[in-house]
Amino acid sequence: MANWIPLWVHKLGSPPIFYRFAGAVRPWALALAALLGAVALYGGLVLAPQDRYQHDAYRIIFIHVPCAWMSLFIYGAMAVASFVALVWRVKLAEVVAMESAPIGAAFTFVTLVTGSLWGKPMWGTWWTWDARLTSELVLLFLYLGVIGLYHAFEDRRQGARAAAFLALIGIVNVPIVHFSVNWWNTLHQGSTVRILGPSKISGDMLWPLLTMMVATKCYYLASLCGRVRADLLELEGGKDWVRRIAEAEERA
Amino acid sequence: MNGFFAMGGYAAYVWPAYAVFLLVLAADFLSPALRRRRILRELRARLARQARRQRAPAPGSLPSER
Amino acid sequence: MSGAPLSRACAAVLRRDLVLAWRRRGDLAMPVLYALIVATLFPFALGPEDALLQRIAGGVVLVTVLLAMLLALDGMFRSDLEDGSLEQLVLSPQPLAPLLGMKILAHWLATALPLIVVAPLLAGMLHLPAAVLPALLLALLLATPLLSLLGAVLVALTAGTRRSGMLLALMLLPLCVPVVIFAAGAVAAAQQGLPWSAPVAWLGAGLALALVLAPLACAVALRIALDA
Repeated sequence: MANWIPLWVHKLGSPPIFYRFAGAVRPWALALAALLGAVALYGGLVLAPQDRYQHDAYRIIFIHVPCAWMSLFIYGAMAVASFVALVWRVKLAEVVAMESAPIGAAFTFVTLVTGSLWGKPMWGTWWTWDARLTSELVLLFLYLGVIGLYHAFEDRRQGARAAAFLALIGIVNVPIVHFSVNWWNTLHQGSTVRILGPSKISGDMLWPLLTMMVATKCYYLASLCGRVRADLLELEGGKDWVRRIAEAEERA
Repeated sequence: MNGFFAMGGYAAYVWPAYAVFLLVLAADFLSPALRRRRILRELRARLARQARRQRAPAPGSLPSER
Repeated sequence: MSGAPLSRACAAVLRRDLVLAWRRRGDLAMPVLYALIVATLFPFALGPEDALLQRIAGGVVLVTVLLAMLLALDGMFRSDLEDGSLEQLVLSPQPLAPLLGMKILAHWLATALPLIVVAPLLAGMLHLPAAVLPALLLALLLATPLLSLLGAVLVALTAGTRRSGMLLALMLLPLCVPVVIFAAGAVAAAQQGLPWSAPVAWLGAGLALALVLAPLACAVALRIALDA
């Protein structure tokens, strides 16, 4: 690889070193996520005033919007890791990309469920074929396709590379889907939907939202660390460092 | 406090949303821990088998599994 | 590396695939039969009123053709994978992408073209007005090669796996959403007497892009899926 990449990046790419690194990062990220999440929930559910038009139903926004954002953010992270995995064949990047997919799918699922729970009282329907909703649904299918392709291969690394390629195809596809569904909606004169309603968001509503966004980011980091650690143990099952961990755990 | 749980009449929508959020994330967080335990258990079982075979390589024993 | 020139290799691949498809003519009839069955079931499920069938005819024909293509897509590389000729193709001195393009062309000729031929029949069964037929056929002529090209990339990705039928559908769905939207949009616009050149132009643009990029992506995907 190129000389300009500092040495510690190469070191971090080695499974045993990353295993220890992720183990050190995970509790801190989890603690931060729990703390910020609790603060954001208190701020959003208790402190924030009632919305004039949407009353208390708007409080779903405090988890819906961060989850929607995370569903896109994780797809982006997965695509970057996939690119690194395909171009430089870094084993760790493959693992990161493949272990990001279930977390992203979970966030996408939560986004869809909370979105329809919010839509029922606000729009009077669980589901509407709005560009944003449809794109989110397509995103869920993309995640499921990546996960399914990864598990369809007998050889894990080969499956990871194939699924990484699919993730890269998907990132080209998402804007196209969004554009085409927008076009389709205007053709069919569908009901126009304003996500945040007529009210402008005020400061007491904004800070819990932003805090929750940071909390979900920390959660993603923590969950990813846990998943990557488990996956590395499985992939490197025959190596000495994994054996030592297994024996140490038995004694404990 | 009752007013807080009633959510201005929208409790049926707000609380399930938060429940789904917390449940999905909890499941997502617990699954790698369970998988890690299973992987290490299987690995220890494999190591134990190997150790037994090395200690007493009985003639005519079963060929090594893997 | 003094193999035959590329054009002759391409022609050979195309000829071989078409001959193979012709030898198994019975398989070729399957997607057409499937499309006929699906189109027959719709009136039974929805009732025989003309107005309702007319309204949904364009969309039903498009989705039926898409599903029939999906059914045939799975077999695009299967026989070549089983007898090892796909590995030969990958190892040949010619660039892989144009050869795969020829295979996709042969597959499109063998499966999609018969579907386009019976599409007027399906549309007639559902009482689609004759004036809309040109729009429907043009949309199908542009959408089916696009689907073949996109599908080929995914089939190549699943080449190394055993069970791929349902997985292929799951992977293709996000990719075919824009295709269906624009193809159905053209038909719907023609049915309402509106100008329908814009969606057809979008389909054409997508096809031009896919013609260049999909064989390359297909070659990359096949290399990933085959190296063990």
